Amino acid sequence: MTAQDLDALYQEIILDHYKNPHGKGLREDFEAEVHHVNPTCGDEVTLRVHLDAAGVVPVVADVSYDALGCSISQASASVLYDLVVGKSVDEALAIHEEFLTLMQGKGSVEPDEDVLEDGIAFAGVAKFPARVKCALLSWMAWKDATAQAGGDR
Amino acid sequence: MATSSASPVLSGLLPELEVVRKDFPILERMLAGGRPLVYLDSANTSQKPQVVIDAMVDHLERHNANIARAMHQLGAESTVAFEDARDKVAAFIGAPERDEVIFTKNASEALNLAAHTLAWPGDRQVGPGDEVVITEMEHHSNIVPWQLLTQRTGATLRWFGITDDGQLDLSTIDDLVNERTKVVALTWVSNMLGTINPIAEITRRAHQVGALVVVDASQAAPQLPIDLTAMPAEERPDLIAFTGHKVVGPTGIGVLWGSRAVLDQLPPFLGGGEMIETVRMEGSTYAPIPHKFEAGTPPIVEAIGLGAAVEYLGHLGMDAVHAHEQAITAYALEGLATVPGLTILGPTDAAQRGGAIAFEVDGVHPHDIAQVLDSRGVAVRAGHHCAKPAHARFGVQSSTRMSSYLYTTPAEIDALVEGLEYTRSYFKLG
Repeated sequence: MTAQDLDALYQEIILDHYKNPHGKGLREDFEAEVHHVNPTCGDEVTLRVHLDAAGVVPVVADVSYDALGCSISQASASVLYDLVVGKSVDEALAIHEEFLTLMQGKGSVEPDEDVLEDGIAFAGVAKFPARVKCALLSWMAWKDATAQAGGDR
Repeated sequence: MATSSASPVLSGLLPELEVVRKDFPILERMLAGGRPLVYLDSANTSQKPQVVIDAMVDHLERHNANIARAMHQLGAESTVAFEDARDKVAAFIGAPERDEVIFTKNASEALNLAAHTLAWPGDRQVGPGDEVVITEMEHHSNIVPWQLLTQRTGATLRWFGITDDGQLDLSTIDDLVNERTKVVALTWVSNMLGTINPIAEITRRAHQVGALVVVDASQAAPQLPIDLTAMPAEERPDLIAFTGHKVVGPTGIGVLWGSRAVLDQLPPFLGGGEMIETVRMEGSTYAPIPHKFEAGTPPIVEAIGLGAAVEYLGHLGMDAVHAHEQAITAYALEGLATVPGLTILGPTDAAQRGGAIAFEVDGVHPHDIAQVLDSRGVAVRAGHHCAKPAHARFGVQSSTRMSSYLYTTPAEIDALVEGLEYTRSYFKLG
């Protein structure tokens, strides 16, 4: 890997989220809490999901988390928070699907900025198989917690 | 970058280091972006000299046959080559008897062989009320087998803690190792902290209470001269495990050395061909050691490669290899200390430690450090290094680890230190 590849991996957006993560910290209102680890490197995340089921469709009212890990895993949790909070669960699951496709695309998937917003910065990560799991740690935790909270029906 | 011309002269380095490096073809490798390889991950796996590669290729090209059962010339040649490898390994560790050297798949299998056979009926069987003592600084492969053993037998697992400066806490040894203790299993050299443990002292105490001592020598065998015969019997461990690929040999081959007395007391591990004396439908009798513990066709060419590897180390001289490791380690500790925000986990005196140095850098995660270093051709390991409890002891989730070996140059350490400085600037840490 070269210095150029390195810059593709560590986009400015990723480093910004890493330095100033959005929504970090565990908050009290939640229906499900999960703890996921990456056994290879020991990175871990505790993540809580709070759904608002008062309306016609359930909405992701909050995602709160506490995570230990590298810049990629920390930044992806921050981007997850930005992308899914306030969305309906269905919309959020669709974004999750889109992010998963991007990360598993080995660098061949062109990300849609309208859907993934800052998440497009992770396109470079998809070229590093060893780091894809870092980027997906909190996303997988969120999906698991959402299912446990009954959000996937 | 990492060339000898830039190397400072340190005392203790292997003589003719540049000539030695030429024995390892991979060290010539250029990486992406035209970067020369700076390999600082030898505690993970060591690189292989040409003589090992050639020994394996030659065997496959000219002598390949199964051992101890093929009644033809190639079978005889192959058997001789395999058993020669056992002699070479026995010489490498100064084994009192060559038949005490058991070939396994790796160090994990060697440790599991011990932990499994100790659970089964026999003179050494571990049972309810018995205690097994390990340490908090073990590799997972010297923790999990003992957890399995104690869970299966109803015995109790206990362990030595670690002091703040990365040594085993021996203050409780007389309580911890007592008349209920059946096994004391510990690492000789920590793969994370680098600590060299006082094997003789702990073995003496364990033998006083009649406990068996199992030593994980995976990190010790590559860098410390080992002479089992020269050790006083009361200080000599009963079983020692190490792996081939960390002593410049291939993967797929490990070693369990055990004293004949203990190996004779342990029941067989895996059943199959080669480990038997005779088989009847009603039951079987077993071959004497070493074959008793070598069921099935062994990793023949891997054993031969390991034989060539330890012979190579013997030619360099393990005293010289150890001196080189100490010189490089001291130089690395000095260089790392100049990096702002860097904390070394484990002893900081090179004389008291092995060549694996784990560290943290404030504000940058080990993964990110390893990734940036990789972009400069510097290969290190990041993560928990299969030693999660030792990390937990220091309140650390993961670390970056550099590990040198006999081919490491001071210039490569310089490249690491420069790479760490670059990493800090890359992540804007001033």
